[in-house]
Formats: sequence, structure tokens, C-alpha cells
Amino acid sequence: MDLGTGACLVLTELKLRSGERLMAKITFIQPDGQAQTVEAEAGLTVMEAAKLNNVPGIEAECGGACACATCHVYVDELWREQTGKPSEMEEDMLDFAFDVRDESRLSCQIRVTADIDGLVVRVPAKQF
Amino acid sequence: MSPQDQAAPAALETIETDCVVIGAGPCGLFAVFELGLLDIKAHVVDILDRPGGQCAELYPEKPIYDVPALPIVTGQELTDRLMEQIKPFGPQFHYSERVDGLSRLEDGRFRLLTDAGTEFITKVVVIAAGGGSFMPKRPPLDGIENYEGTSVFYAVRKMEVMRGHDVVIVGGGDSALDWTLNLQPIANSLTLIHRRDDFRAAPHSVEKMRALVAEGKVRLMIGQVTKINGDGANLQSIAVKTAAGEETVPCTAMLPFFGLTMKLGPVAEWGLNLHENLIPVDTEKFETSAPGIFAIGDINWYPGKLKLILSGFHEAALMAQAAQRIVYPGKKVLFQYTTSSSSLQKKLGVK
Repeated sequence: MDLGTGACLVLTELKLRSGERLMAKITFIQPDGQAQTVEAEAGLTVMEAAKLNNVPGIEAECGGACACATCHVYVDELWREQTGKPSEMEEDMLDFAFDVRDESRLSCQIRVTADIDGLVVRVPAKQF
Repeated sequence: MSPQDQAAPAALETIETDCVVIGAGPCGLFAVFELGLLDIKAHVVDILDRPGGQCAELYPEKPIYDVPALPIVTGQELTDRLMEQIKPFGPQFHYSERVDGLSRLEDGRFRLLTDAGTEFITKVVVIAAGGGSFMPKRPPLDGIENYEGTSVFYAVRKMEVMRGHDVVIVGGGDSALDWTLNLQPIANSLTLIHRRDDFRAAPHSVEKMRALVAEGKVRLMIGQVTKINGDGANLQSIAVKTAAGEETVPCTAMLPFFGLTMKLGPVAEWGLNLHENLIPVDTEKFETSAPGIFAIGDINWYPGKLKLILSGFHEAALMAQAAQRIVYPGKKVLFQYTTSSSSLQKKLGVK
């Protein structure tokens, strides 16, 4: 586990040093099935990537403070290991979301790294 | 008289003052300081039960990095420091109250009425309401608004209303647990529904709740409400999705506790011009379309507006100068520095 994170940091650093920004592709799927793939710079959060690209259904009322639950997403099954489990604080906030499932996360708490290049998340039908 | 006026509740208490500040967030608090330097006493009303606004409610522990001269400060620290800074001016706070009505009197002053029945007669109003009022979140269940006030409640004002009901409480925080413990003795039945078997509430409340569950006095369901059923005003049952499948739970009252969200709320009904749910102001006085009513902080809008705490502080200072001309007409406006003015230092209690 540690090795993975370390390797990823080194990679990020190398890319940054060479003046090239590390970008990851993230796909947001709307409840009606419409998909939108955006490029996100490493270090941002998935929520920030969504807001920068005007992805509908990610409200982020609190601005990313993990203080609301309006950036709720469902992480695609293939990506659940890479994105990890919610922290205790995030679990507490997920209490305020609607239709919470095992794959529920708050997108402001998922950091963009090389590991999640290709990530697929689903936007819930109702954000509240 | 409009129907709305007839329905307006009578005031329980009337306070005459120079200025009412709506909102006790950082901008509202700093407004008290700037007004105080100009001898304007303020009453501050906030819907929360403590000062700080978003800083206290959304991110008390989160560091803020862009407040001048404070490289790192948390929302709570900033609130505490502002409270200390405005202490010399003795502001009076009215917490857990929401200003519902605002109208102009014939003598040019304003009448404000809160949901708790406090009436203010004031010369100047400062709206520093940030993103609006913090209100309970309404679960996105179809038709729920029809049941609000009859079967669905977000707060309990009188416990007796719940006597004999089949009560469902949804949530896992202190509100949900406290009301579970308080209402269980008077309810006909009580079901607590939470999405997981972990509770954010104080451990001793959770213990008490578990004891009641063990005694068979409270039913605990781990699941989520997906549907409400009833005649359009009176609740008859709800559908609950659990690990075992979907179950229909008969009930006559439901209390959902899903935290708070910000809504513009009653501000929208005060006859002020609005721009995408924000209040347009000029950048000289930060006055709204209604003379004597000012708006500062996140709730206002003008070309180039930035929703920053520091912008709100600046707006408060300029607003206070304009407010002084209304509160003390004809008085010579003298600009002074706190560093050197004996009269300002006297007001601050440092001389």
C-alpha cells in the first residue's frame, strides 16, 4: 500500500518537474446514462474536477469542507479499491445524503492521482 | 391589509433600536464593530444558536488562510476573536430566531418580526445573512411537503403534539437520538431509522437508546426511507429499504433529521431587488434598492463581487459610514483611526 502511494508521489513529482502536469481522466455518468469525461489535474479533488467542468448534479454546497453531502457519488465497482474507503468524518456526512450505498463517496474527499486515471463515478438521481 | 399581514403573529416583545444586523457570521459580527465605533448600537439576530454562521456551522475546525494578518485561523477561532473584538460595544444577540417579516413604517423606520415573536423597530437594517438561513434539510421523498406541519416535523416545539402517535425518527445524530429518548414515553410507538448501525450522537444517548431497544420500547431499523404514503396530509406509512429488502412501516408522524442547508428564505419576500438569489448593492454604501437597508458579505452582489470574508469586512466599514448618516442625521462625519483617536479608544475601553 505504502509503496503504491510513494511511487505515485514520485511520479507526480517527476511529471511536475518536467513541466508537464499530471492529468487523470474521470468519467461522470448521469442518472439518465449520459457520460461526460473530464481531464483533472493531480492534486485536485474529484468534486473540484466536476465543478471546473460544470458536471451537473455535483452541488458541493459547502465548497469542499466535508460539511454537507451534496457532492455524493457512486464509485464504479472497478474503482472502489483505488479510491479507498470513506474516513469516519466522511461516513458521518454520508448520513446526510440520500440513497446511500456501499459504493457511496463524497467526491470532495477523493483526491485525483495517477492511480485513478480512468475513474468512473455515477451521479445520484437526487442530491440533497 | 394583505392576507399575509393578517396572518402575521403578534409581537411578544418590542425592541426599539438604531440598527438590527441579520446574521451573526463574521461579516455581521464585524459590522457590530464598525457601527460601534460610530456610536450605533446593534441587535444581532441569527437562526443558529451561537455566533459564527457558516464558520461555526460548516467548518469550525477547518483552517482559513486568507484573512489578512492571520496566516492560519479556524472558523471557530475567527468567530471567537471577533466576539472578543466587539465586546466593548455590548451587542445584544438573539439566537435561534429567524427574521420573517420586514416592512417600512410611516416614520421611515423599519419593523422586523422574528419567528419567536420579537419585534424590532429600527432606523437601519444590515442584512449579513451569508447564504441565507440555515434550515433543516428536506429529504427528497415525493410529496413530503404536503405532510410538513401535519405529519412531518423538522423540529418539535411542543412535545404534547406527539402524544399517542406512531412516531418514526430518521437520523443518527444528537437531534435524532435526543428526540427518540424524549418522545418514547409519550408516543404510542417509536421507530428509529438510520442508514448504519453507527451513531454520531453522544455515546450516553446511544447507550440509552440501545437499552430501550433491548426492552422492546423502541424499534431500531437499519435502512433508508424510500417512500411516504398517506392521504396527502396525514401520514399512514413509510417504505423502508433494509438489507433484508423493503418493509412498510405504519406511522402517523415522522421526524427526519438530515442536518441543515442554506436557503435564502424570507429575505426573498421583503420586496428587495434580487439578482440570482443575491441582493444587489452599490459599492459606495452597500445599500440595497431600499434606502436604509444594507447588505454585506456573501449575500450581496455587485460587479466584481468576491465572496471572501475580507471583502465583507470592507463592506461593513463603508456601510457603517452610510448608516451613521441615517442614525445621526446632520452629525458631522469625522473619520478617525483607532490607533490615534482618543474618542475611539475610549469607546473600545482601552483608554
